[in-house]
Amino acid sequence: MIVNGYSRRKTRNAVMMGLCWAAAIFGLSWLLLILGALVWNGIAGLNLSVFTEVTPGPNSEGGLKNAIVGSLILTGLGVAIGTPIGMLAGTYMAEYGRHSRITNYIRFVNDILLSAPSIIIGLFIYQVVVVPMSNFSALAGALALAVIVIPVVVRTTEDMLLLVPLPLREAAAALGLPRSHVLLKVSYRAARAGLITGVLLAVARASGETAPLLFTALSSQFFSLDLFKPMASLPVIINNFAGKGYANWQQLAWTGALLITLSVLTLSIAARILSAQRTQK
Amino acid sequence: MTDVMLDARPKAAGAIAGAGLPEKITLRNLRFYYGDHLALKTINLPLYDHRVTAFIGPSGCGKSTLLRVMNRMYDLYPKQRAEGEVLLDGENILSPKQDLNLLRARVGMVFQKPTPFPMTIYDNIAFGIKLYENLSKSEMDGRVEKALRGAALWNEVKDKLNANGMSLSGGQQQRLCIARTVAIKPEVILFDEPCSALDPISTAKIEELIDELKAQYTIAIVTHNMQQASRVSDYTAFMYLGELIEFGETENMFMSPTQKRTQDYITGRFG
Repeated sequence: MIVNGYSRRKTRNAVMMGLCWAAAIFGLSWLLLILGALVWNGIAGLNLSVFTEVTPGPNSEGGLKNAIVGSLILTGLGVAIGTPIGMLAGTYMAEYGRHSRITNYIRFVNDILLSAPSIIIGLFIYQVVVVPMSNFSALAGALALAVIVIPVVVRTTEDMLLLVPLPLREAAAALGLPRSHVLLKVSYRAARAGLITGVLLAVARASGETAPLLFTALSSQFFSLDLFKPMASLPVIINNFAGKGYANWQQLAWTGALLITLSVLTLSIAARILSAQRTQK
Repeated sequence: MTDVMLDARPKAAGAIAGAGLPEKITLRNLRFYYGDHLALKTINLPLYDHRVTAFIGPSGCGKSTLLRVMNRMYDLYPKQRAEGEVLLDGENILSPKQDLNLLRARVGMVFQKPTPFPMTIYDNIAFGIKLYENLSKSEMDGRVEKALRGAALWNEVKDKLNANGMSLSGGQQQRLCIARTVAIKPEVILFDEPCSALDPISTAKIEELIDELKAQYTIAIVTHNMQQASRVSDYTAFMYLGELIEFGETENMFMSPTQKRTQDYITGRFG
């Protein structure tokens, strides 16, 4: 009887295991299909002129130079603006305002911001920056990306600092360290890998965003480093090129998509390696 | 001093222990609150200079709370407050004017779980010193070595001072924390169950160390281990439910406690 029950349990286990495998394979296969199509179609157009020439008109030769540089500038600037704000806010929540009510409000609002549709952030920056300045600009695009970055960084900063054990803080305070030293020399240090991971994830998130840039940085056919003029970026170029009927535009859209995916993938892997190092300690 | 002792609720075991010894820390009518909860009920107690005082009692009796009053560690948390007086060399450290960082430099603390900082062994020690003193590289090297020797750790780590403090074993980490504490030359060291996470060999090392440290420092130690209290301490305080039940010389306390509850606890009948 015991043996009977045991074999039934084994069968059940095998069935459940089979279902789990099937579900996992079903889910992952789409991802593989997407990645496969991306690599297949993207690599075909990958050549030197992608990096050396600007976006062309319909049915003529060109590359993505202006969009690549634009993406780097927009993302870099957005992260540069958003990271310090997010870090400071997260630090306040975890270290100074841990027991205060305002921290709960900030966390709640931040979570909303974290999941807000990014097109709304684009519209918001359009209203408060683009309209008053009366032109689209890279600066507005960077600000929109900063608004995307802030909640991500706030969240990871708070989470990572909360993971720093209290006894470690107490031990630092017990040596007579002023609070600022405890924070800078002990808490940040202990949470360093996690904080960097958070920023990398924010970079990955910002570099793939299209919607916040549509009405802010707009796009541009020209190579431009001027922050007060419209600027091209990979996601917006993909958005503009992919749906049109010109073969060369579609090819460039695929290649641009491949470039974004590869860079986001690299950042994510870097983030994973860093957080793995953290857990090993 | 004797007045304080006689006024106090706890009965001294035998003759009033240590009469005549200078008091490094004196607790006078100390009451402590976690929010509305009264956790320490009017404690009067001396910590004698260059002696080891052990605090024993069942969990939740307020031993650790008492320790955390003496360096005002509780100040890190809102809703925790102390009333009464805690005199360090005659000055009330509960006074709002007390500089907390200076106080904690004078009254060091070693915690239950080893808490090395996420940095090299060398920096774990040098870190605290740098706050108070401006030393040259060679002077600093000397201080780090002295602190590590003082904590009986030097021979084990002298070849890997640049290794991460986290890479040491639990017992070594705890000695690193002691070294870090003595490096800034405190006057009092508070040990909060320093051996409860350690194996017997590491525990023996720490106990030996405490015995050596009392030549230079006044020491208070909270422990759940009765044998440890009897081995390392000169004076013992037995606490129960936030009250100090009995205080006296360790030997007397363990041989002939005056209070029944002390005897019951020491002999393992409760707690």
